[in-house]
Amino acid sequence: MLGKRVIFKNKGLPYLLLSPEVILVLLFFIFPAVQALLQSLYREDAFGITRVFVGLDNFRRALSEPLYVRAIRTSFAFAFSVATSTMIIALFLSALANNVGKRAMTYRTVIIAPYAVAPLVAGVMWFFLFSPAVGVLAYGLRFVGVRWNHTIVPGHAFFLVVLAASWQRIAYNFLFYLAGMQSIPDSLVESAAIHGASPGGRYWRITFPLLSPTTFFLLIMNFIYTFFETFPVIHQLTQGGPSNATATMVYRIYRDGFRGLDFGGSAAQSVILMAFVISVVALQFRYVERKVVY
Amino acid sequence: MIADPVRTRVFRHTFLVLGCLVVVFPIYMTFVASTLRLEQIFQRPMPFLPGREFLRNYYQALFVGGRGLGGARAIGALVMVQNSAIMAVGITVSKIIISLLSSFGIVFFRFPGRPIAFWLVLFTLMLPVEVRIVPTYQLVSNMGLLNSYPGLILPLAVSATATFLFRQYFMTIPDELIEAAKVDGAGPMRFFRSILIPMARTPIATLVVIQFVYGWNQYLWPLLATTERRFWTLMIGLSRMLATADHQADWHIVMAITIIAMVPTIIIVLSMQKQFVKGLTDPEK
Repeated sequence: MLGKRVIFKNKGLPYLLLSPEVILVLLFFIFPAVQALLQSLYREDAFGITRVFVGLDNFRRALSEPLYVRAIRTSFAFAFSVATSTMIIALFLSALANNVGKRAMTYRTVIIAPYAVAPLVAGVMWFFLFSPAVGVLAYGLRFVGVRWNHTIVPGHAFFLVVLAASWQRIAYNFLFYLAGMQSIPDSLVESAAIHGASPGGRYWRITFPLLSPTTFFLLIMNFIYTFFETFPVIHQLTQGGPSNATATMVYRIYRDGFRGLDFGGSAAQSVILMAFVISVVALQFRYVERKVVY
Repeated sequence: MIADPVRTRVFRHTFLVLGCLVVVFPIYMTFVASTLRLEQIFQRPMPFLPGREFLRNYYQALFVGGRGLGGARAIGALVMVQNSAIMAVGITVSKIIISLLSSFGIVFFRFPGRPIAFWLVLFTLMLPVEVRIVPTYQLVSNMGLLNSYPGLILPLAVSATATFLFRQYFMTIPDELIEAAKVDGAGPMRFFRSILIPMARTPIATLVVIQFVYGWNQYLWPLLATTERRFWTLMIGLSRMLATADHQADWHIVMAITIIAMVPTIIIVLSMQKQFVKGLTDPEK
């Protein structure tokens, strides 16, 4: 059921109410998505003059190109690194903050601040700290024997992108873990304490298992975040380099579409990505459905 | 709550303080750099305490600008602040109004095509701007809306999140309230204005925070939709100013603009922390 039992009776008004949203959705969401589907079946020259139907050739071309396969791998490695590191750190911090009483709010205030910081700004700040020319951290690393240069060393670049994205993302994970922990009844944890469980044991045996729905939800949200919202971080920090070490799928769509002007290839990549998003969101809906009352 | 032994308490606070320091460190160093002279930033290592150039750097950042690509002078950040604000407020206001109207229509009326409309909106949730970026760009370009505020705002002006949140909220409103309004002779729009909107203050406040942050922090779309400097947002200006070799950048000015770019959203998120956290982690209430 989508609506209420008691309703207003009016024939034209509901259409009027929905029209702004439906028009914008059709214009800026459905139409471009259909365009991407169509474009993915054509090859167009860079000036948009000629257009040849090539069927699934763009997909074959993309999937048989080693660099594109590498972009898929990079995207997943990136998402996996950001998701696991932020979830582990956020879980640890929220476990610590959950039990400190009033001061928890002070810690929370500081830890959630990066949520407000733009991914691009996070990119700029870490770029500054690790810049081989001026960066304090790049300088400091010399004393432990690391000659930091993310413009040359692929491993450094990948690490830096993960670091900047994770720094920004811990806030989100922290909030959900903290909220999850606060909804666990005190009585459960107390009874474990009476039975002699240590603070660590209480978390390990009771709190963590009860948080598994939150963990699943966060895993999906972190993957979506890393896939789609970290473009500014990559664009600012590494431009996909060095030697494509940080070129993710979204970055490739941008580069092939707007720098390479390969609209067909870029559209095919968009469609591949869209299929991925739709399956992830479907997975998420199945989870959300259990909590949502229609 | 269970009292901790002292050792556990020390452990807790040590790591929490450490975590907070890691979070604050980049912001602090950015602020420090924004108060130094350029040659101080190039010292090895750079000073760790704020310098004396705060007023001069921020004045230059806001009204004069630093060196941009190829040494050309970029515009002052005041214009960028204005553009970021117009874009963020435009996106926030249109998302909230459009979503309020459509979820009102979906929840309180019956009409053919209602489920289709609802699922159509939810489907948009599946299409982040990144996957439809090339056709959207071509469309906006054909409409002649590149380098304009409508072009910046319209493609981002609908929100499945907001529609979904308002619908969830409207579903919890008791039927008696609608009946009472009808008995008193209130039409649907009167009910919407005088009862529904005042009641929906909490979800509206939550969405103001979330969507303002979203709009202010946008990057990929304004990067493509603005080529003229006078439409640059803070994010675009920053990235354009850094599109130069990093030993040539005007770091003191760039760092001042970086601080200017994050202060508004940090203030909004922290000052409305309660509504924001509740709305984000508990969307069913």
